[in-house]
Order: sequence, then structure tokens, then C-alpha cells
Amino acid sequence: MAVEAANQPKIRWGELEDDAEDLDFLLPPKQVIGPDRNGLKKIVEYKFNEEGNKVKITTTTRICKLANARLSKGAVERRSWPKFGDAVHEDVGARLTMVSTEEIILERPRAPGSKQDEGKSGGDSLNQIAKAGAVLMVCRTCGKKGDHWTSKCPFKDLAQPSETFVDRPPSRGEAPAAGAGSQKSAYVPPSMRGGAAERGSGGGTEMRRRNEENSVRVTNLSEDTREADLLELFRPFGHVSRVYVAIDQKTGMSRGFGFVNFVNREDAERAINKLNGYGYDNLILRVEWAAPRAT
Amino acid sequence: MRPILMKGHERPLTFLKYNRDGDLLFSCAKDHTPTVWFADNGERLGTYRGHNGAVWCCDVSRDSSRLITGSADQTAMLWDVQTGTQLHTFTFDSPARSVDFSVGDKLAVITTDPFMGLTSAIHVKRISKDPSEHVCLFCLCADILVVEIVPEISESVLVLKGPQGRINRAVWGPLNKTIISAGEDAVIRIWDAETGKILKESDKEIGHKKGITSLQKSVDGSHFITGSLDKSAKLWDIRTLTLIKNYTTERPVNAVTMSPLLNHVVLGGGQDASAVTTTDHRAGKFEAKFYDKILTEEIGGVKGHFGPINALAFNPDGKSFASGGEDGYVRLHHFDQDYFNIKI
Repeated sequence: MAVEAANQPKIRWGELEDDAEDLDFLLPPKQVIGPDRNGLKKIVEYKFNEEGNKVKITTTTRICKLANARLSKGAVERRSWPKFGDAVHEDVGARLTMVSTEEIILERPRAPGSKQDEGKSGGDSLNQIAKAGAVLMVCRTCGKKGDHWTSKCPFKDLAQPSETFVDRPPSRGEAPAAGAGSQKSAYVPPSMRGGAAERGSGGGTEMRRRNEENSVRVTNLSEDTREADLLELFRPFGHVSRVYVAIDQKTGMSRGFGFVNFVNREDAERAINKLNGYGYDNLILRVEWAAPRAT
Repeated sequence: MRPILMKGHERPLTFLKYNRDGDLLFSCAKDHTPTVWFADNGERLGTYRGHNGAVWCCDVSRDSSRLITGSADQTAMLWDVQTGTQLHTFTFDSPARSVDFSVGDKLAVITTDPFMGLTSAIHVKRISKDPSEHVCLFCLCADILVVEIVPEISESVLVLKGPQGRINRAVWGPLNKTIISAGEDAVIRIWDAETGKILKESDKEIGHKKGITSLQKSVDGSHFITGSLDKSAKLWDIRTLTLIKNYTTERPVNAVTMSPLLNHVVLGGGQDASAVTTTDHRAGKFEAKFYDKILTEEIGGVKGHFGPINALAFNPDGKSFASGGEDGYVRLHHFDQDYFNIKI
């Protein structure tokens, strides 16, 4: 600094000691270099620090265009149009426009690449037809004959209720035969009913079970984990059909656990194997099947 | 994706339309005020007050300066998009059901419902050239306008009659040479826009079995898609009226649209509004179903509405779409990156 000051002949030492802040005029002007081809912009500034020493500050920033906004001139102009009609008197609290609190995903009817299974079951049914030599196309969901296959059932989303209504009458008869219940009127849980195991392998039960079984519970999540984060974390393992993070209604904070549903069980299993004990946001994740599995 | 919910209408939505740049979204509902929203953040820009009945349909000019709306109050109105002022009112003897600007925005086709003994009709109206002239005339000297403009603008260039039942949609064909109409009689007709003769009619065998609820042209105008209450949507060639594809779904289709970007078709629908309260919500199928346009296979569904979807529109950039439901909500969906990588 002393050297610098000496270069300025008209400044006396006494003044320098008094107020160092006013010395800005001594400094070389601010220089801005760039931005160059790579978007690098350099700003060179000089200033005095607290001790009165001259410091050269070089700030290098990279400027990059994030999105090539393809807005037309008209659209830009329209953006600044004044409100009209009822929108003029819009209160701030009117909240006509809200962002959904729910994460909506494009729900795939089946996982990509699961065509093979479908083909297989289709083949089986075809064999059945060949054996019987008649129309044996029975929908396991709605019970309609000869109209469509179970997978094409228009009521497939109703699988759960229709199961309880449609399947109960036969199972009531079957249960005593299977020896599970001694009395006809005794309640038999669905899992103990005759034919449950057999039915479990197909039809509406499978559809419902699939949703439950492929559900993975994730606990010990940090508070700021959102559904999108979970989706990002679990997506590499396979197609995810649902992500849910429990939110405390009162505080609006995450409750530290969530659920992820996979379309394929194998994917869910891989995710559990890989992510259980995985460090995420300084916490050790615990990943397990959502419902304690009976078998 | 987290959709943006827009609750500007008190009653069920009937129609949605993006302008050509895709920055504005126009919504019509059974309440009397069509509304315009910014399509990026869902902010309400303004409303068009003046109709006295349900608004069934709207169309916006290519330069986004003018809006035409068709309403059950037996009028179609021409609006200044920016200020919401009425430029002109076309009066009919029955409710106006559908409106569509021609290429060049000089003509508009308006359909009217069968009403009080009148049969349904398709009207072609001439729209005055200069929108600024309209505004000026209306603001300063309304009386003169009536004298000057009415003979030019209000007479129908052409009135087509013939189809039985309501005509739900009529749009212009390529180069404004034809008009394509579809309605309750499940027949698609191609009319000559100059002579008013029927050029082609869809075959009863391959065509829809029940009333057609919606019709949408592709971006290039080479083909169009129709949705019907027979639970299917069909893709047609606009010139030859040959059936190209058929998409079957599980519920009546109320709205159809096509992605301008990908080979996707979106169908919206659900059961009748009157049956909503009596059925399980899962049975309602109030989702926008995505189909592959070529393979006609279902890609997926976007849920959210609490009632049938009545209107669907794709942003011209193909990166977002809006759906309007019987529940009075417009849901604006901006796609996640995943959507663009979907493989069947």
C-alpha cells in the first residue's frame, strides 16, 4: 500500500491514515473480461480490506443458457398484459391456481417387458380352449364367460370389491370341506378359505396382492426427502408404480418414512437388497417389505 | 409431475384450447364466463363476460388476437383476447355448439343444436379482416357499426343442414375446402365448404356406433381423431375419410387429443356424470388415458379428476397438456422427463 500511495504524488500520508475508505479512487477501475466462447466471465476488482491492504479480487463466473427459451415475441408481450374481467379484482388469497400436493405419475397398465408372462398365460388358456373345444374364456374378475380375458376385463380396477362379493359364496361351501372351520357359520378368514392358495395364483387376488407385495417401506428418511427424491432413488431398480412419503398433517414435515411400489417383485427385492442400510442424506436407510409377508 | 389445479369455473368444463404459441390456455365451462390462463404457471389472465348460458366451445385466431365462443344462449361471440371486450355477437335461433376458425381466420364455422323444432345446422360466417377496426368501431360509434358491419359479418355465407341430432363438432378441412362434422348420429361427414354438398360420409360398419363427442385435427391437419360414447376413439384420414386406427377403452370417451410431439393419443372420459355418485371411484375411470398412436396400445393413465374428463388439450410444444373435468377443475400437467423416454 505504501508503494501504491507513493505512486500518487498528491496524497499526503496524514490523509491516508485518517480515512482509508475514501481511497477507492486510488484503485484501478473494475475490469470485466468476457464472457468468452465457453461462457466464462472474469471480473477483476480491487479494494482495501480491513487492514488497509489493497486486494485484487478476481471473480470468474460461467454463464450458461439453461433453456433455449423458444418464446415468440407475441408470447413475451402477452406475458405483460394487464389482467381483465374478473381477474382484475382477484384477491391474493383467492387461490384459484394451486399446485397439486399429490405427485401424479403416468400409471403404466403393465411393466415394460412383462409381455412374456402375458403371452404365457395366454398360451395356457389357448390350450384350455383346445382341450375343451368350446369357449372357455372366463373372466376371473367379473365372472363373465366368453367375452374377454381377465387381463382385458373392463372391471379390473374393481377387482377387490368384486372378489369379496363374487368369491364369497363358493368359498363358504368350500371352507368346511377343507377342514378349516368346524361350523358352517363360523367366520373363516379369506386366507384360510378353501381354494385360497389356488386362487392366490391368479385372478383378482393376484392383482390386489401384487400391489401389496411389491410395496417397499422405507424408513429413517431425512425430513426433507420428498417423493421425487425417493422416486429418483428407486427408479434405477425398475418401474415404480407409486411413491409415497408420509407427511405430518400438522407440521407439514416428513414423518421420516415412505412407501415405494414396484411393478415387478424382483425389482423390489433388488432395491431392498441394495438400499437397506444405504446412507442417504446422512441417515442410514432401512428398506423392507411393507407388509410382513405371511409366507 | 405435480399438476397445476385451476379452479376458475363454478361448473363443469366443456372445452379447452391453447393458442398457437402455447402460452395461453382458454377454458370454457357451463358457467357463463370463458377464461384465459397463462399456460406455464396457471395464472388467470382474464375472463370474457357477456354470455348468458353455458359456453360450449371456443377457438382462438392464429395471431392470438381474437377469440370466438359458442354458447347455449344462442349466440357466438367474437372477443378481443387482450382486453376481453366483445367485438361482435352472432345470433342464432338455437344454441351454438361448436366454433372453429378457418385457416386465415377469415371464416368461422359454427354449429347449432336442434332446438324448438329447428334442425341442427352448420353455419359458415365471415369474420371481418382487421381486428383493430372492430375494436375502434365498437368503442367509439356503436351505432354506425351495426349499420356497417352487420351486412358484411352477420349473414351466414353458408348454412348446411341435414344430419340428424346434435352436431357436436365441425372443423375446417385442408385449405378450407371442406368442413368435417361429427355428432350424435355417429356419422362423420365431409362437406364441400363452397357448395355445401356432402362429399363423404363415414361407413356405418367401420364407423362409430354411438354419438361422437369430440373431434380433433392433427397438427399438420392430415388426419383427425374422433372420440365416441361407444367407448372408442378412431383415427381418420382427413381427405379420404379412411379409418386408420381404432383405440378401444373401457368408458365412454368425452374428449380426445393428440400429442404434437410424440405418437401419443390421449382419451378422456368416464361414465355419465349422473352415475358418478352411485359407483366406486375406481370404476369411474376419470383418467386421461395415453395410447400409442400407431400400436394403439395403452401407455398409461393420468388420474386426478373427481368426475369425467370433458375436455383435453395438448400444448402445441407437446410438453404439457391440460384436462378439464366435470368437477370444475382444469388440471395442467407439465410432463416429467420420464414421459419423453417411455418405451412400450
